[in-house]
Amino acid sequence: MSTDLKPRKAAPAKAGGRPARSPRLRSSIGLKLVMAVSGLLMVGFIIAHMAGNLHVFEGRESMNDYAHGLRTFGEPLIPHESLLWVMRLGLIAAVGAHIWSSVVLTRRALAARPVRYASKKPAKGESRHAAATMRWGAAVIVLFVTWHLLDLTFRTVNPVKEVPDAYGAVVAAFAPERWPVTVFYLLALVALGFHLRHGIWSAVQTIAGPDTRWRARWQAAALGVSVIVVAGFAVVPLAVSFGLVN
Amino acid sequence: MKLKLRIWRQSGAEAKGRMVEYIVDGISEDASFLEMLDVLNEQLIAEGADPVAFDHDCREGICGACSLVIDGQAHGPQAATTTCQLHMRKYRDGDVIDVEPWRAGAFPVIKDLVVDRTAFDRIIAAGGYISAPTGTAPDAHATPVAKQDADAAFAAAACIGCGACVAACPNGSGMLFMAAKVAHLARMPQGQPERHTRVLGMVAEHDASGFGGCTNTGECSAACPKEIGLDVIGQLNRDFRKAAAKAA
Ligand code: HEM
Ligand code: FES
Repeated sequence: MSTDLKPRKAAPAKAGGRPARSPRLRSSIGLKLVMAVSGLLMVGFIIAHMAGNLHVFEGRESMNDYAHGLRTFGEPLIPHESLLWVMRLGLIAAVGAHIWSSVVLTRRALAARPVRYASKKPAKGESRHAAATMRWGAAVIVLFVTWHLLDLTFRTVNPVKEVPDAYGAVVAAFAPERWPVTVFYLLALVALGFHLRHGIWSAVQTIAGPDTRWRARWQAAALGVSVIVVAGFAVVPLAVSFGLVN
Repeated sequence: MKLKLRIWRQSGAEAKGRMVEYIVDGISEDASFLEMLDVLNEQLIAEGADPVAFDHDCREGICGACSLVIDGQAHGPQAATTTCQLHMRKYRDGDVIDVEPWRAGAFPVIKDLVVDRTAFDRIIAAGGYISAPTGTAPDAHATPVAKQDADAAFAAAACIGCGACVAACPNGSGMLFMAAKVAHLARMPQGQPERHTRVLGMVAEHDASGFGGCTNTGECSAACPKEIGLDVIGQLNRDFRKAAAKAA
């Protein structure tokens, strides 16, 4: 460790005295903004996805019609699967931006404390679960999303290969004898719940910077959305596993 | 009371440090935490050993010099209290107390519990000021400030620059310190002309100094002896977004 008592040159400036653009985007707040905006896009997607899944309870036809509708939306004005591809590309961009910014920030955070404390105390801040859950929770979510795509999108690990039969694929995915899959889904949902509980209000704090009163409201809203999302996703595999949907 | 202390000892910036155990006896519950360390140091000097180096100045909670992480908590277990204002009545006979320096790459250890906080000065030098013509002081009521703004600015200006926010942050971030100054000046008419260059300059310097980013866990506020809230970080984020968009 060096003790540099000399003042460093102040803010990096381009010709014309104006700081270059990329340092702003790559600054700790710029990256947080990227993370917040991409995270909120994913939240929008996830709420729509959760609501869509509930079609399972209306039976095979309704579920498959919904899945079909996503593919034929706007036809013949726009090509087959247009909406789906816009959503997929948007989602891929959001996931990429989210992971990129989180990796850069995490590495900076680790470098910012090269020597750890010998003594540790439980967290006592406003979002005390965040430091303990966001990063490993994200790793669980990545594993989950990978499995999920292989299972229900590409059907690699799903016995039902016919693309139009979304209903059949869901029933097969969570069949009682595939209970470890259901357990893994539920655990991943807990990780997602914690991630959203902090992530949603943190994104609002990063983008809008609410005052103390509004911050408390957003924290409550984030908790509410997380509970609804987790419950809404969880009922589907549970219903299939317990034979309520088959 | 008799206590067992485990204190970080490091003979210099480049030296390797370690936790060392000491026993102190006869500590009054009316003693402050720093007075307890004074007793230990007198004992060490009498034994011909090197006393423990720690930062302190006013010992009345206003200067921001004192800086210990006590049992994993910046400034110790008592909320809204600097280490110098922490008293031994918080402890019981036989307690074991761990004492460590602020831990951050941007705050390198100089010796034992003393760290170099020059990085904070650099952040202030990068924009945390207003440019004002010198001369006689203007009349106090020459520039009216709304009560609400004056109160918010005053609350943010309560920051004593101790660095407990950095020490407590899981990311070693200096955001609360930086945001307190940004929020203070953003609420004052005198802070407006340099508002955008201030935030861009300070954030660039903060990052260049090796502080981590904020993840809104709130550990900084919980550790802050002046109870500066996360709303100042909200203000910093908003000002940064506007300044960055405008400069684009
Ligand atoms: C795909 C894998 C994912 C990774 C690797 C990941 C990683 C992270 C990390 C490391 C953080 C910052 C944690 C912190 O602030 O301490 C974060 C924040 C966040 N995540 Fe994720 N996440 C993932 C998936 C998701 C999903 C699926 C959603 C939404 C449904 C989401 C929404 C958010 C939001 C809204 C934030 C807050 C942004 C902010 O703090 O400003 N993330 N994510
Ligand atoms: S010594 Fe001045 S604040 Fe503690």
